[in-house]
Amino acid sequence: MKRILVGIKRVVDANVRIRVKPDGSGIVTDGVKMAINPFDEIALEEALRIKERGAAEEIVVATVGPADCQQQLRTALAMGADRALHVQAEGVIEPLTVARALLKLIEREQPFLVILGKQAIDDDNGQTGQVLAALWNRPQATYASKLELSGEVARVTREVDAGLETIEVDLPAVITTDLRLNEPRYVKLPDIMKAKKKPLDTLTFAALAVEPRQQLKLVRFEPPPQRQKGVRVKDAAELVDALRKKGLL
Amino acid sequence: MSVKILIVAEHDGGKLNASTAKCVTCARSLAGAEITVAVLAAEVAPVAAQAAQLTGVNRVLTVENAANLHPLAAVLAPQVVALAGPFDLLLGPSTTFGKDLIARVAGLLDAPQVSDIMAIESATRFRRPVYAGNAILTVESSAAGKIVGTVRSASFEAAASGDASAPIETATVKVTLPTHTRFISVSAAKSDRPDLQTAARVVSGGRALGSADGFKILYSLAGRMGAAVGASRAAVDAGYAPNEMQVGQTGKIIAPELYVAVGISGAIQHLTGIKDARTIVAINKDAEAPIFEVADLGLVGDLFQIIPEIERLIG
Ligand SMILES: Cc1cc2nc3c(=O)[nH]c(=O)nc-3n(C[C@H](O)[C@H](O)[C@H](O)COP(=O)(O)OP(=O)(O)OC[C@H]3O[C@@H](n4cnc5c(N)ncnc54)[C@H](O)[C@@H]3O)c2cc1C
Ligand SMILES: Nc1ncnc2c1ncn2[C@@H]1O[C@H](COP(=O)(O)O)[C@@H](O)[C@H]1O
Repeated sequence: MKRILVGIKRVVDANVRIRVKPDGSGIVTDGVKMAINPFDEIALEEALRIKERGAAEEIVVATVGPADCQQQLRTALAMGADRALHVQAEGVIEPLTVARALLKLIEREQPFLVILGKQAIDDDNGQTGQVLAALWNRPQATYASKLELSGEVARVTREVDAGLETIEVDLPAVITTDLRLNEPRYVKLPDIMKAKKKPLDTLTFAALAVEPRQQLKLVRFEPPPQRQKGVRVKDAAELVDALRKKGLL
Repeated sequence: MSVKILIVAEHDGGKLNASTAKCVTCARSLAGAEITVAVLAAEVAPVAAQAAQLTGVNRVLTVENAANLHPLAAVLAPQVVALAGPFDLLLGPSTTFGKDLIARVAGLLDAPQVSDIMAIESATRFRRPVYAGNAILTVESSAAGKIVGTVRSASFEAAASGDASAPIETATVKVTLPTHTRFISVSAAKSDRPDLQTAARVVSGGRALGSADGFKILYSLAGRMGAAVGASRAAVDAGYAPNEMQVGQTGKIIAPELYVAVGISGAIQHLTGIKDARTIVAINKDAEAPIFEVADLGLVGDLFQIIPEIERLIG
């Protein structure tokens, strides 16, 4: 079966104002809205479009995390994924551990394409896709803004600092998404009902023979230094004057 | 105690990217740092010569291979791993080049990675932004082996160039390089304007510019000021500006002397990209726009009147 595996991470919603806990042990998450990492929504949307074009038969979504993550898997199923895999894990889960678990899922599911987000908007690590591709010994095409499949290869346009780069990779491969790859669809109410009946399997690290490892201790979270609020100028002339005085023009 | 650091140079085949000199400054902030810069290229000589001149660099290691003509992470990573043996810490810039490559190296080495290093406190302790810069996290590695990291360019000045001359050594790297990843093309808009990532002055436009045509008033002003031009995500998504101009959490993180935000509301993801700017100017018709919370100088009004007027006043 032609299958695509999509990584889904549960994160604090992009619109939430982040507050650091006073004791520095983390950020405030009580009662905070959670969502699918925006880049993973884009990854899933791309997979769904590939299936709708007839170039894939099954879309499997996977997450590594605590029980709450199943909410995001259900949302992914409502968006149109066929099956979900939940690898149970508590605490800090580093990219190397996530990648190891995803590699085990790849061995089971034999996808021809794996699509992840370019970064999770909580840890902002931006590592998992590349680490997975390295462990799997397969190509990576990161920061994708366009993806074309033909036979055994994928042609990917990447958003790089210089502009747009196009590369070709043999399949199977790992793709990571950038914001302009597509615009994810909205979930419709009837689909949420249907998603409840779709399969969601729960797995453990032990069952996958993955040894979770935390090598980076999170010592302390601090709020960033605040910028001082400045002054208002009344018109362009005053602005130009002020900039000249600072030696900026 | 000495800490052996390998920095993977970013370059365009002829010129060393300024982000490499920032990695050197980051590495030098660690007492006892012994700094080697690795240059992987199709033709190493010009880039190696520039790397050797950076203050603080002890040695330059070169790997010349026709396969290194274009920077493909899958091709470069095994070569970096082949060099990695003696080093404690492997660094690359937090650019699309560095982020793509360094994480693949981390995977191959089975080493933990610290992304976007903004300060090195010890050989195992680092500070980095998380949650779009809304929190600063200190991490401490307990890894027995190497640590891999990317360096947040906006947090460091470039190391000086000119008065140093580190020895340049050729490394022999015997690894089979994959052929599963092939470069096709790159479309980089040619412009005479300064580079966004290193410019001292940046003028950025948002959704309010309304069209690619609307951006012309910014190009014109920027030309007069010797500034680079940036854009918000909304402006890039709408096709008013190309993707390489995006500033923010998922675009470029910059630290110019002067940043002028024109018709940009100041969403948190945008502010992440400009927090380290020395002076921020905001021009927005909405007096309540969040951009004014971080602006040193704010001007409320219609940008289509204000921008041409500023240009006229600068003369
Ligand atoms: C995961 C994620 C990542 C993101 N990454 C980035 C990123 O890297 N960079 C980024 O910029 N955004 C990013 N965003 C998007 C961000 O949240 C905002 O949507 C975006 O920055 C808004 O762009 P804007 O300020 O141009 O548009 P708007 O928010 O629409 O603001 C337009 C502003 O123009 C003003 N205006 C209108 N007309 C005039 C006029 N004639 N004269 C003067 N002022 C006028 C308005 O008052 C308004 O404040 C990201 C979002 C997500 C979810
Ligand atoms: N715990 C996780 N479960 C599933 N996918 C993940 C997880 N963590 C990261 N990913 C995937 O890897 C991408 C990059 O994450 P990161 O390397 O943490 O920035 C995310 O966008 C996801 O697609």
